[in-house]
Amino acid sequence: MKKIAVIASAFCMLLTPLVSSAANPAQDLKDFRKHYTEMFPEIPLHDFVNGVYSVDKDSREQWEAFEEFPPYETYVEKGEELFNKPFKNGKTYASCFPKAEQGIKQNYPYFDKNRGEVVTLELAINECREANGEKPLKYKKGAIAHLSAYIAYKSRGKKGNVKIDSSPESMQWYARGKKHFYAKRGQLNMSCADCHYHNPGKKIRADILSPALGHTSHFPVFRNKWSQSSKSGDGMGTLQRRYGGCNSQVRAKPFKAQSKEYRALEYFHTYMSNGLTMNGPGIRK
Amino acid sequence: MRHTAKAISTVTSIAALLGSFALSIPVVSNAAEADDIAQGKKIAFDRKKGNCLACHYIEGGALPGNIGPPLIAMKGRFPDKSILRAQIWDSRVSNPNTLMPPFGPHEVMSKSEIDQVVEFIYSL
Ligand code: HEC
Ligand code: HEC
Repeated sequence: MKKIAVIASAFCMLLTPLVSSAANPAQDLKDFRKHYTEMFPEIPLHDFVNGVYSVDKDSREQWEAFEEFPPYETYVEKGEELFNKPFKNGKTYASCFPKAEQGIKQNYPYFDKNRGEVVTLELAINECREANGEKPLKYKKGAIAHLSAYIAYKSRGKKGNVKIDSSPESMQWYARGKKHFYAKRGQLNMSCADCHYHNPGKKIRADILSPALGHTSHFPVFRNKWSQSSKSGDGMGTLQRRYGGCNSQVRAKPFKAQSKEYRALEYFHTYMSNGLTMNGPGIRK
Repeated sequence: MRHTAKAISTVTSIAALLGSFALSIPVVSNAAEADDIAQGKKIAFDRKKGNCLACHYIEGGALPGNIGPPLIAMKGRFPDKSILRAQIWDSRVSNPNTLMPPFGPHEVMSKSEIDQVVEFIYSL
């Protein structure tokens, strides 16, 4: 008995610093940034928003050429049309997002104190629809990605400004997202961090891995891969669509888009890029 | 798919066995070994099985990744084949935080597939 108590208290002592460090987002953010800026001292901090192209100079030129006539442009326009098209009750999305024109993407996701939940932009879009008597949209591609692309476009130039509320519930969401990012999963036993924290710039087969710093600034994205069969849509996809893809790659069962698990991940993941400039939508392979 | 792969490998090893009856004994083991190496290479390069090229340069494999060290001169680095097998079976034993998948415990490959991959890697 005594032994067990001793072990238990030793365990608690071990655990306390862990818990308190998990509850220090500001310090996490500092450490996270430092990791990448030390790993890539030649890359200016603001350039990490360009994802894999910040670390892969070879494909950067090609990507910059794509940006001359960006394939996402027509979807930003579609998103704008949808945004301004009245619902059956005569109201528009502007009734839910009055400041969208000035840029709001940088504030998402946020912790809604009243509900005790993290709210992402895509979740808020569907809640707006439902509040106005419309059916929710599918979460990963299609109209929701167009609306999100339009809102992201209007937010270009703003700095990431996710707030981690100091309430215990908010901290729990943050800690859950952080855990997801660093935890090994799937048959192949790999974490997000294995690929995007420990090995950015390295090649996994023919793909160069992007740093997780700056990952979220340019979503939604147009991906060539997503545009190549009509089944996978028109190329546009949300951040959580990508989460599902990256989970599947390691043969883990993906969570549902906008599940608590992915909202928590998005909360942590986006907070880590706070202060970087919004540049969505983006173009990727 | 698994069944077909198994069936094929059984057929080929039976064929190898039958073919070798006509020949002298030492050739039997060489042929069997060569067969394992060839089979191991297929499994190692197969994206659904070893997919070793995702992370390692291996001679003869296109577009290798560079997360892990190039797999060259293996006999020099792993004189003891059982240590090589242990690394491929469960790389966490030598590095608990390794990125390399635990192929054996997570049943990414079967025991005999891993044995064949070991033969192939050992031949590099
Ligand atoms: C087995 C390796 C691997 C793992 C594990 C992995 N990813 Fe990825 N991820 C990739 C590759 C390869 C790409 C495409 C190239 C790139 O942009 O990094 C990618 C792309 C991404 C992108 C798009 C980047 C951009 O600039 O548009 C995001 C976001 C992302 N991953 C997040 C995650 C998250 C979150 C996890 C964990 C849930 C994760 N990844 C796990 C390999 C991985
Ligand atoms: C997702 C990445 C990844 C995959 C896939 C992978 N490895 Fe590895 N491998 C590594 C890393 C990283 C190391 C370096 C040691 C460590 O971190 O554990 C390594 C180390 C090794 C070593 C030890 C090399 C040395 O010189 O010490 C061998 C042998 C090896 N791998 C064989 C294989 C074989 C065979 C396969 C396929 C069946 C494979 N690996 C698949 C990432 C991988």
